[in-house]
Amino acid sequence: MREGTQLLFQHCGACARVWCFARDFCPHCGARDPQTGRCEGAGRIYAVTTVTRAPSPEMQALAPYRLALVDFAEGFRAMTHADDDVAIGDAVRLRFVTFGSLKVPRCGRAA
Amino acid sequence: MSWITGVGLTPFGRLEGRTTLDLMSQAAADALADAGLERGDVDGLVTGYSTTLPHLMLSTLFAEHFGLRPSYAHGVQLGGATGFAMVMLAHLLVEAGVARHVLVVAGENRLTGQTRDAAVQTLAQVGHPLYEVPLGPTIPAYYALVASRYLHETGATSESLAELAVLMRRHACLHPGAQFREPITTMDVLASKPIAEPLRILDCCPVSDGGAAVIVSRERLGECGARIIGAGQAHTHQHVSAAPDQIAIGAAQAAARAGLGARVQVGDLRYAAIYDSFTVTLAILLEELGLAPRGGAGARAAEGHFDIGGALPLNTHGGLLSYGHCGVGGAMAHLVETQRQMTGRAGPRQVRDASLALLHGDGGVLSSHVSLLLEPAR
Repeated sequence: MREGTQLLFQHCGACARVWCFARDFCPHCGARDPQTGRCEGAGRIYAVTTVTRAPSPEMQALAPYRLALVDFAEGFRAMTHADDDVAIGDAVRLRFVTFGSLKVPRCGRAA
Repeated sequence: MSWITGVGLTPFGRLEGRTTLDLMSQAAADALADAGLERGDVDGLVTGYSTTLPHLMLSTLFAEHFGLRPSYAHGVQLGGATGFAMVMLAHLLVEAGVARHVLVVAGENRLTGQTRDAAVQTLAQVGHPLYEVPLGPTIPAYYALVASRYLHETGATSESLAELAVLMRRHACLHPGAQFREPITTMDVLASKPIAEPLRILDCCPVSDGGAAVIVSRERLGECGARIIGAGQAHTHQHVSAAPDQIAIGAAQAAARAGLGARVQVGDLRYAAIYDSFTVTLAILLEELGLAPRGGAGARAAEGHFDIGGALPLNTHGGLLSYGHCGVGGAMAHLVETQRQMTGRAGPRQVRDASLALLHGDGGVLSSHVSLLLEPAR
């Protein structure tokens, strides 16, 4: 779940699993009412690409931009934008940046 | 067991003025003629979907248009895995005695029926609408993320991936229906337009117009034919963000469910028809299925292993990368080519021995998998 400028995740009180896509049940054990947590922003790059060919003229005007899959310290993986200099395995820190008319999560190398 | 008794395949590429129903009809008529059947003989119909003709009931829309009154009709949607999933369904239907001759047909004017932007945008929507799509990914970008990880983990290189594009083009040069028929080199691939690093335009299949159809029958018709001796599926995730680390593990699971590793061994295979939406898709699937060592698919291609005269000929029509990709019909072209190889009708592409084939398709981002095992009639 992305609300404003925070990245949220969920975890299950019954089986302790952690995941990113919001639901009102645990997709692993089915328990109701999973808890929602706020990501602190520390993560590691799992995969990264630079998009040169964007899906729409609006986004093409913003290209090239980088996309990454990031493993966050809380134990879930999410897609974010990424700074130019990050590579697979890098420790990164999350922030929110403007992308067209949206605020999107973006990861840069941790200081 | 079921029999592939007839096949039909249009050329792929820019086919101006042809609609989804036109292309489906052309492929279906060719498959019926190939099987020596009339419309009235078809009692089962399986279709997929078309992005240029979104419809709640494509199977019966086509039945009315083409002139069929089947006792069973079904539309299937599994992205790139749809073609082989349709064939698997037809196989199960004839085995269950539900139908005698099932027409499996797909076609789409994906290239000329919409703008390229519309096609790219429609396809990108398989991403998560909240967590992925707003970030500006495309299908190539999802696969580029996978490719970045694949290269990182295996030590394979962009050059080795390029070998697979070169191989598909070499095969397409021998097929008059292929969208691209000019030879390319690995240097051409590496110098082509960047799309989503590490994938360049020649690592990506094109958007095409085209149609493909097969008849799946309960009994053999005529002297020659091919039969389906196993079919299996696996579905491990939808979105790349939610995929397991071994992202294509579903490929091995589907193949095992089809019988690979049990009644059929990898070493017995003589032909392979593997989904190749991107060079990296083909590499990962070949390796997950055990047809190449981890990180070694490109090297095997460079050695001639997958050539028409090689140990395991692969996608001899040129695959999605060079024959073209019209959506659901894209992977069905792999099956049409396999059946033609098994019936000795592949012309200049004819392999010496196509006595056992593995076909594999994936949909989403290596999310949905379907494997088929085929052998010629004996």
